[in-house]
Amino acid sequence: MSTPLKTKIQVPRSRDLEVDGVKYNRASSSRSSFEMFAWLFMRMSGVVLVVLVFGHLFVNLMVGEGVHAIDFGFVGGKWANPFWQVWDLLLLWLAMLHGTNGIRTIIDDYAGRSTTRFWLKVLLFVASAFVILLGTMVIFTFEPCPAGADPSLLASFCPAQ
Amino acid sequence: MANSSRGTLYRGQYGMWSWVAHRITGVAIFFFLLVHVLDTALVRVSPEAYNAVMATYKNPVMGLGEAGLVAAIVYHAFNGLRIILIDFWKGGTKNQKGLLWGVIALWVIVMIPFLIRHLSHVFGG
Repeated sequence: MSTPLKTKIQVPRSRDLEVDGVKYNRASSSRSSFEMFAWLFMRMSGVVLVVLVFGHLFVNLMVGEGVHAIDFGFVGGKWANPFWQVWDLLLLWLAMLHGTNGIRTIIDDYAGRSTTRFWLKVLLFVASAFVILLGTMVIFTFEPCPAGADPSLLASFCPAQ
Repeated sequence: MANSSRGTLYRGQYGMWSWVAHRITGVAIFFFLLVHVLDTALVRVSPEAYNAVMATYKNPVMGLGEAGLVAAIVYHAFNGLRIILIDFWKGGTKNQKGLLWGVIALWVIVMIPFLIRHLSHVFGG
């Protein structure tokens, strides 16, 4: 038995094609599979992120002095180890892509006008690209023992200056 | 029956509210992540600049904020695994409500030791 629906179910806005106020949402034979890959990416990255995020939180907030131990020397000590460089790089990229795709979905759901959706997504993608590139640059160019810095603020392996 | 104003199998039920909570925690975590990458980037400015910003994370108000952030992350993580089970496990849809109770139970089991340890750090234990 079909049940009467009061609300019309709308076409997914991610593929909403509108020209001069007319909607052209006919099924096409050459549909992009982007949305399917985005859906799959959310699940695959999600599983990996559970491990990466829980490990990150455990080492930074639970071990030793917890949040009180976090300072420049702590970061220097962690990133001296390629293991944590790779861990944090994966965490950065997967979390940012997962989060960006989540916000993209939310924009498609709640922003009704196509121009609003467009500009919100431009803002989102620019901000995300900036943060991903900045974070990557920081992980690879970080100097744990900067010349001229106060030695008491640095990791214990830095030579006394 | 099935009048949209009276709720349906989904609307106003466990499925809808777990979805609402998943969205809200996801957005909150995303905006924290943007700020967190920017504050960590201060290690490229100077040790003093990074330590000054980290000092603000160590005050009790921020400590409570961190507890809220971790609470959001732990929910989002376990409910995300529940969504994966609903999508890929044959019995997932049928057991979605039971899985949500599993999410809540795991959340409590993880949050209790976390809160004891983190709050004792924050409040100088």
